[in-house]
Amino acid sequence: MRRPLSHRLLGLAGRLAVALVVAFILLPAVVVTLSAFNDKAIMSFPPTGYSLRWFARAFSYKDFATGFRNGLIITAFASTLALLVGTGFAFALDRYSFRGKRTLEAILVSPLVIPHFTIGLGFLILAAQIQAARTFALVIATHVVLVLPFVMRSVYVSLRNLDARLEQAAASLGARPGRALVTVTLPLLLPGLVSGWLFAAILSFNEFTASLFVTAQATQTLPVAMYNYVREYADPTLAALSVVYIVVTATLLTIANRFLGLGKVLNVEHAR
Amino acid sequence: MPAERIPPGSDAPAAAAARRIGVQIDGVTKRFGAFTALHEAWLKIEQGTFMTLLGPSGCGKTTLLNLLAGFLEADGGEIFVDGQLMTETPPYAREIGVVFQNYALFPHMNVARNVGYGLAARGVPKREIAQRVDEMLALVKLADFGHRKPKELSGGQQQRVALARALVIRPKLLLLDEPFSALDKNLRGSMQVEIKEIQRRLGVTTIFVTHDQSEALSMSDRIAVMSAGRIRQVGTPDEIYRRPTDRFVAAFVGDVNVLPARLERRQGDQASVLVGGVRAQVPAETIEGLAPGAAVDLFVRPDALAIGEAGGGVPGTIAAHVYQGSHVDMVVDCPAAAGGRLLVRVPGTEAPGLWPVGRVVGIGPTAGGVAFPPEAA
Repeated sequence: MRRPLSHRLLGLAGRLAVALVVAFILLPAVVVTLSAFNDKAIMSFPPTGYSLRWFARAFSYKDFATGFRNGLIITAFASTLALLVGTGFAFALDRYSFRGKRTLEAILVSPLVIPHFTIGLGFLILAAQIQAARTFALVIATHVVLVLPFVMRSVYVSLRNLDARLEQAAASLGARPGRALVTVTLPLLLPGLVSGWLFAAILSFNEFTASLFVTAQATQTLPVAMYNYVREYADPTLAALSVVYIVVTATLLTIANRFLGLGKVLNVEHAR
Repeated sequence: MPAERIPPGSDAPAAAAARRIGVQIDGVTKRFGAFTALHEAWLKIEQGTFMTLLGPSGCGKTTLLNLLAGFLEADGGEIFVDGQLMTETPPYAREIGVVFQNYALFPHMNVARNVGYGLAARGVPKREIAQRVDEMLALVKLADFGHRKPKELSGGQQQRVALARALVIRPKLLLLDEPFSALDKNLRGSMQVEIKEIQRRLGVTTIFVTHDQSEALSMSDRIAVMSAGRIRQVGTPDEIYRRPTDRFVAAFVGDVNVLPARLERRQGDQASVLVGGVRAQVPAETIEGLAPGAAVDLFVRPDALAIGEAGGGVPGTIAAHVYQGSHVDMVVDCPAAAGGRLLVRVPGTEAPGLWPVGRVVGIGPTAGGVAFPPEAA
């Protein structure tokens, strides 16, 4: 039986609307990707000819190379520290009830509310007082604060999804707390820990606003280097770099999703 | 449905151990804030007994189970298992096997590693672990399933794995926390028989928590009925069913009718009561202190009532027939009864023909019941 014309038109309109929204979301990425292959030294769209020269420049420009290296160092330390601290807090919030629990929770997620430049500026003022304004430690400390809420959230959700009876079962079978932690709790939390670390790493590596305040020439991260570049040059090197960014991040997330099932980590599956 | 009897011979280990006390609960109390979940529970369980904690949700049975397992700490009282004081012992040192309601199998381990977990935690050599795991999986009829992951098993199979995992450590006590509630009805019956059989064969003292009275009656050696944080009565299924000592127990276990009656006289440990002119025998202990002529509530099972012509017994009107195969449940409107209705179970299938719907009849007790003083209004 054929559906009435009005229904088919509505269905068509609906599909069109979805397609438009998706196109709108992807638009910036598409424009930047196409400009990256432009053979002219200006960022124009659509490109008139195609070339890979801007990719070559992106990889050979010295500030980008140091920014990339700095970014890796800062990201590795910041996300690992945030993971340790965040896991500790997530455990405390999940397992124990104590006075001021709500307040602690609010403070730990406050970087989501406080603007990044406020955090950056605050750390910069403090660091200047103790002559630490040009150090990696300052950048790392800032990034830890920025990514902590995301790590904590990820671990906390995994902990909520973990059935407390599994730990009780391990205990009833004779496993001391340490053994239960290593053989039951941690293996089941692993996807949450890894994806928490991964999100923190991506955020930290891409972070710009706070980093602009707390980095110096020697400690500048890739986004800051890119910002400095675009103030001087208008060629499509940045577009080429953006393409590399997108490809690398997408690859990392795809791999992580394949092995960890990120969907599980982003939702509370069931109440306990 | 009565529990299936185990062939003679397999009874021997259970019988030999039956004299010793397996579990002793001495005045155990547990509070959660202002709420008292368990009021001074006292209970002694002989070794090898299948003891059921029966009660509605919130009665404290799960709290008691968690206290036994060591997952909760008591606020007062002591727990002994095989004569050893357990109150301060952490769960990992208690040697108690637990089968959880949702089985709580480790999802990241295969069946063999799940079952072997307790042995590995005890430092048993690998070869012996493999051997004991195989034996235990054979016992629960899952010999070829060792390499499967829990989520690849059906509910019944998961339950067997959980049972094997709890039993392989040769626990002094086995705790079953509503293990059948997640199974469908057909599977439930066969798993009940199977678990009971394994428990008898191994002779392990078992405490089974359930809110399902038919499960409790069919599986248990003894039942402790609980309500509102208190143990109301402890006895064999037959004692609990035939001679409840408490209004709650009488109403909770099995179908029951409540009729107003008068105490006629008492003779030793028996008493007779009159209900609508018909005499019924009841135990005297539940109505101690009442004088002849006092009003009592007679609790009587549906199969201990008979339908007769109007004029004898308590007047009522047939409201419905419920055909049950071997018997018919007759629903009778009866203003005098608690709830205004009576349930009369008549063997055979002739009753609907004899007593059609709408017929005015007289209902009287045939066998005894149990009488309690009327509830203070």
